[in-house]
Parts: sequence; structure tokens; C-alpha cells
Amino acid sequence: MFDFLDKYDVLGAFWTTVQLTLLSAVGSLVWGTLLAAMRVGPVPLMRGFATAYVNIVRNIPLTVIILFSSLGLNQTLSIHLGAHDFPTINFRLAVLGLIVYTATFVCEAIRAGINTVPVGQAEAARAIGLSFSQVLFLVVLPQAFRAAVGPLTNVLIALTKNTTVAAAIGVAEAAFLMKQMIENEAELLAISAVIALGFVCLTLPTGLILGWVGKKVAVKR
Amino acid sequence: MTKVPVAKEDVATSDELVVLKSVNKHFGALHVLQDIDLTIARGEVVVVIGPSGSGKSTLCRTINRLETIDSGTIAIDGRPLPQEGKELARLRADVGMVFQSFNLFAHKTVLENVMLGQLKVRKADKKQAEEKARALLDRVGVGTQADKYPAQLSGGQQQRVAIARALAMGPKVMLFDEPTSALDPEMINEVLEVMQQLAREGMTMVVVTHEMGFARSAANRVVFMADGRIVEQAAPDQFFSNPRSDRAKDFLSKILHH
Repeated sequence: MFDFLDKYDVLGAFWTTVQLTLLSAVGSLVWGTLLAAMRVGPVPLMRGFATAYVNIVRNIPLTVIILFSSLGLNQTLSIHLGAHDFPTINFRLAVLGLIVYTATFVCEAIRAGINTVPVGQAEAARAIGLSFSQVLFLVVLPQAFRAAVGPLTNVLIALTKNTTVAAAIGVAEAAFLMKQMIENEAELLAISAVIALGFVCLTLPTGLILGWVGKKVAVKR
Repeated sequence: MTKVPVAKEDVATSDELVVLKSVNKHFGALHVLQDIDLTIARGEVVVVIGPSGSGKSTLCRTINRLETIDSGTIAIDGRPLPQEGKELARLRADVGMVFQSFNLFAHKTVLENVMLGQLKVRKADKKQAEEKARALLDRVGVGTQADKYPAQLSGGQQQRVAIARALAMGPKVMLFDEPTSALDPEMINEVLEVMQQLAREGMTMVVVTHEMGFARSAANRVVFMADGRIVEQAAPDQFFSNPRSDRAKDFLSKILHH
């Protein structure tokens, strides 16, 4: 009953899913960390911007963000993100949309991590003459990240599954392939099972490995 | 209440390192520091004592601006405390601080704790920073623990590392904010001994503590605070044997005779 799979590049589609996930994960980790830094920082303008950004963006459905990046950025404003063919443009737009959206959750996970770091750590860092950014990046964030591995794992798993929204703008990842197969084949249960299994194969190890990492790097107090 | 003239027979009065002038601070409705005037000379060891809530910890924390003040001035080595920023960071590097709860960087080894400020603030060479850190750790008696993490050390060891971390910056003055209050009784002495040695070597120190033995043996001057004010200051012998204010008499009668 799985013979029909020979006609499709299932591995290729999941490889696109993996690429979407990894690029968006790195991007949203960087942007989310900067947002968190702004939210705890001393500059009111940055604090206000980051707070507003998080509260607005995380409440917009991802589909709307992804569709906007294609219809709004690309087709209306002619932003190509340096690519020339449609598959590459759409892939990059999808990554951009995923970063914009996921960074809000990364920011909040890291902010929760920052709250686990005792105030005395920052005070001691300021007392030896470190600047605000040194206190944040050398003392507070390294400890916050270790405490945030668990919540960040959740964000990464959610991100992996959220990449399926990229199918809405034609990125040929796993969910896009699933739609194609559903249109052309009769084995609907088998199709769902294959795609579901594929995602579990991606996310289950993520959870297990990062769970182990989280325990390993936890700060002992 | 009358201010008692300060006994400073062994200190040059012209060489003022820390000067607080009419400092006021409120925590909401609580007037925690009320018109504090305090001058600390270079090389002087000043012990601040007083009942809980008298403002002595707050006073200590205002000196490197971990607490802001509402009015008055604080100057260190002739320079008034700047606003938050690079300038303040530079000044804090010259003011060592030791906390009640040690506050060693939990994600760094003991050695890294003592090196961090040297590398990132003083821009010291890595090898020299490590040499200095190891020498300081040996000096406070925890040289063998250099590669452990703070959580693996006893409280007394952690506090001695914290002293080494502050000393690594080559501070002009050291602030101690109840350095032994979080320690098990048998570990208090090992920390006090390190502080005694520092005092003997001529370090300028402001020590907030409940250790009257330390005040007697190491202090040049005892500052007694109550209800946000400096009630009395005197040489330790004079203060402990013949306190002048009723508030200090009352305080001492409660802690010394039981």
C-alpha cells in the first residue's frame, strides 16, 4: 500500500522542512535574544519597541504572516531577498516570516530564563565594573539560556511543525507534498501516516537530545 | 543627638577617599537614609553596625551606586559618582564589593570568576590575569579549588573567592555588605581572618557587620546607625566600653550581655 511513494520525493520534501526549521531556528534565536535584551534593557524606547513587537506579532496567525511576506513584501513591494527564481524567493520569504513570528516566543522563553538568574549575579557583575551589555552577555544571558533550554525546546518543536505553513506560499516542503499526494492518490490514511511519522522522527529526537542537554548545562546554585 | 568627634589619631585627615554629604534616600514612605555625612580616609577601616533595618546595608550599597540616592553627594577619591554608564562602570571597578550572598558567577569556575573583571574591564593579558587570580586565590586560602564551580564550595570558601574577585581589580576601597551573615558559624572566622589581614595591609574598608569581635580588633572607627541616621561614631574601644547615645547603649546591652 506504500508503493505510490516511489513517485514522490518524500526525503527531498522533508529535507526542505529541515532546512526551513534550521535556518528559522538560528534566525529566531538571534532575533529573539536581541528582543529579550531590549526588553530588559535600560533604554525606554527599545523596551517599548520590543514589548509592542512581541505582543503584536505573537498574536497574529502564522498563516497571515507567511501570506503577507509573499503577497505584501514580494508581490506588492517587490522584495526578493536577493533571489531570482520563485522557489528560492518563496523559501526565503517563508524563513523570514517564520523568524519574525518564532522570535517572539524565543524572546519570552529567554526572558523567563533571565528571571531565574538571581539579581545578585547582575549586581556582582556591575560591581566589578562591567558595562550593561557585558553584564547581560557575559553573566546573565549565559545563565538564562541554560535555564531556558526546556522552553526553547518547545519553541523549536513548535517551529518544526509550523514550517508546514510555508506550503501556503508554495514552498515544496513536507505538507506541500502531502497536499499533492492527497490530490493524486487514494491511500489517504497511508499518506497522513507517512507525513506524521516524518515529523515525529524530526521532533522526538530533538526533544530527547535537548532534554539531556538541558540537564547537562543546568547551573548549580 | 550629638555627633561625637571622630577618633582618627592614626589617619591623615586630608586624604579623604570616600565622602558622603547629606545623603538622603527613601524606599517609598520609608526614609532609609537621613542626612548621612560620612568621610572615610585612605587606609581607614570603618565598621558600620546597628540594628536590622537601620539603613547600614543601603548605605554601603550607595557608595558604588548599586542603590541610587535621592539627594546629597557621594564622591570617591575626589570624583562625584557619575550617572549610570561607562564612567560609572569605570568607577565601580575601583570599588571592590563583597556581598552577603557571595554572588559568585554560578556558570563560571572559581578561577574564571577571579579573571573575568581583569580580562573584560582591565583588558589584562590572559596569562597575567590567570597568574594574578591564582596568586589571590592562594592568598585567601582557596588556591586548590580554582577549577571547581562555586556551588561545589562551602560558604566560607565562596566568600573568600568573592574577596579575591574584588581584589583582582586592584580596588581603592573595599565594601563589605554583611560578609559573614549567610555563613555557618564555623566558617565565619576563615572569612574574618582574610579581612583582618586586608585591614593590616592598609586596605581602605567599609564593613557592615554584626561581628563585634571584628569591629573591636580591626576597625579604626565604628559607625553606629539606627533608623536611617548615623547616631554615633567613635574608636572601637571607646564605643564598646563607653557608648554615649542611649540608642547605642540599648543596642550594645542587647547583643553583648547574654
